[in-house]
Amino acid sequence: MTEYISLSHGSGGALTQKLIREIFAAAFDNAYLRKLDDASVVTLARGRYAMTTDSFVVDPIVFPGGDIGKLAVCGTVNDLASCAAEPGYLSASFVIEEGLSLDVLKSVVSSMAREARHQHVPIVTGDTKVVPRGKADKLFINTTGIGLVHKSLEAKMIRPGDRILINGPMAQHGLSVLAARQGFESEEALKSDCKSLWAIVKLLLQEHVDVRFMRDPTRGGVSAAANEIAQSSGFSLALIENKIPITASCKSFCEILGLEPLDIANEGKMLFIIGEKDALRALRILKAVPSCRRASVIGEVLPERRAKVYLKTVAGGSRVLGMPVTEALPRIC
Amino acid sequence: MKYVDDFRGSRACLAMARRINAAAGDREYRIMEVCGTHTAAIRRFGIPSMLSGGIRLISGPGCPVCVTSDAYLRNAFRMAAQKNVTIATYPDMLRVPAGGESLQDLRARGADIRPVNSALEVLEIAGKLKDRMVVFLAVGFETTAPATGILAQRARQERIRNLKIYSAHKTIPAALLNLGKDKTLCLDGFLLPGHVSVVIGVHGYRQVMRSLRLPGVVTGFEPLDILSAIAAIVDAANHHKTILENGYGRVVREGGNVKARSLLREVFVSKDSLWRGLGLIPNSGLFLRKPYDSLDARRAFGLKEEGGRDARNGCLCAGVLTGKIEPSACRHFGRQCTPRKPLGPCMVSREGTCRAFFETS
Repeated sequence: MTEYISLSHGSGGALTQKLIREIFAAAFDNAYLRKLDDASVVTLARGRYAMTTDSFVVDPIVFPGGDIGKLAVCGTVNDLASCAAEPGYLSASFVIEEGLSLDVLKSVVSSMAREARHQHVPIVTGDTKVVPRGKADKLFINTTGIGLVHKSLEAKMIRPGDRILINGPMAQHGLSVLAARQGFESEEALKSDCKSLWAIVKLLLQEHVDVRFMRDPTRGGVSAAANEIAQSSGFSLALIENKIPITASCKSFCEILGLEPLDIANEGKMLFIIGEKDALRALRILKAVPSCRRASVIGEVLPERRAKVYLKTVAGGSRVLGMPVTEALPRIC
Repeated sequence: MKYVDDFRGSRACLAMARRINAAAGDREYRIMEVCGTHTAAIRRFGIPSMLSGGIRLISGPGCPVCVTSDAYLRNAFRMAAQKNVTIATYPDMLRVPAGGESLQDLRARGADIRPVNSALEVLEIAGKLKDRMVVFLAVGFETTAPATGILAQRARQERIRNLKIYSAHKTIPAALLNLGKDKTLCLDGFLLPGHVSVVIGVHGYRQVMRSLRLPGVVTGFEPLDILSAIAAIVDAANHHKTILENGYGRVVREGGNVKARSLLREVFVSKDSLWRGLGLIPNSGLFLRKPYDSLDARRAFGLKEEGGRDARNGCLCAGVLTGKIEPSACRHFGRQCTPRKPLGPCMVSREGTCRAFFETS
């Protein structure tokens, strides 16, 4: 018989204990969680730390290439990675709608545990709330992460001539969620790129690549991330549309639906601003990683201090690439 | 993607742009597109940056939500405010403001408003909400009108009583006549809308273009399509020739889509229609004809005449829609009026002139 989450699972009583022990603590199992104290006590080495938090409300909760659990780990790990911080500890907080099947919850939690273990980052504390049916949509997850900063990066380190790199094709996450939501059949071809990026960031830092700044192009896609970089550095950027990788199926999907791939969310991509001299070496390092085979240098920082992003279009024209203004696809992460 | 990539390569596009610039010399050309998808494509591919300054691409009234009058919207708001009414319409309509309000605002306050991507989704909604009156706000040109036609046919066949249609469908040739005659615009030619042409065919423009004596080219949506059409218009203008060419032959036929055209004739009758910015244009609106008029929301709700003036909030939509000013000439552009909080309809849709400008310049 299929079991479902009931309001009693959130009551704080016996069922809550059972839920925590059998599902969460069992899956995330580590020395900190095992104590089941109100808070976990951790030891931090000397240094500077980055801390970030993110709530995940993606609909549907399972999509090709991932689910809300994997996303909740990757999203927070990537926010730390973009500050050159090695993820140290995570927290996880769940808001569950009454009636969610226990099997779905188990599978989400286990994919979350798998990703956390894979990234060597323990989930050291958490919380569970259950709300009545209709008061939330299936499952919302919040994760908070803290990580040791390996290299201080600031937008003011960006200099004209710096190159902009991306580690692979864009728009996969947003499109896969959209396809799953609408029940399109080509789901396999439109897989989310949901992936933790600390490994590749670490690789570049270990090789002493002159990384000046990073930003993960999640909501609002490459357009939003590039505009944020331009605004925080003050310099204008020039991107070359032809050089920005995109898979054939994503491109067709966007053409059919009239979507702008540059505005669509990614969950396993990073925009790297790299010193001019190191750009090609960084590209070689990235390309040697199997998941980044399509990494590309997509543009450069201009001397102009107007904080704009210019796009050289596929047709050979040029235009301003604006910040996407409206939410084309809500609840993408 | 063959039909896309072949018409998008920079080598071919830049060669065509050079040809245009050489033919144009120092003269000024004023070429109008009357299709929102053209407006968006021209901006998206950066076509103005490839052409010499003498070639002015003027955006006309090509976006369906942009030309929908304030009076129509106010009627829609009135229906939406009724307790047992559900409004269904295309998503962009939700954000179009009139009198400081939009359907989106009404929805936030509790009105039942459903965005649909196809007219036939309205049938499903009406089927599910048997105790509510479902009103479809039918907007768009000859492109979306056939779908409304099918909806009307199905609603009659299936005797669906809780579905009404409020048609604001408009026809492009009537607007072309109006714009082409406007001496202050001094147009040198039209890029004719590819999607509309799929339905009405090249033939649909013949009469109008003959009386205007202006070059017109049915144009596709890839950069090379648009550049080739501009080249043909510049050549024709240089030789004082009136041409009507089909530059989108891979999709558009001389006679258009015969089935869709006969459907339009069966379901709709042409009457004068109010366009935002352009005013009343004779025979430019599609209204439900007998016996389909039993579905007409105008009748069912006793809607008042759609007269009255548009936009008294200082929005210069009228000038933008007729191509007389660029959006940046409006004092609200990019300040009080942004896609997030549009003051006028041209800032709402990706195809609206103001929004296309806002996002790419």
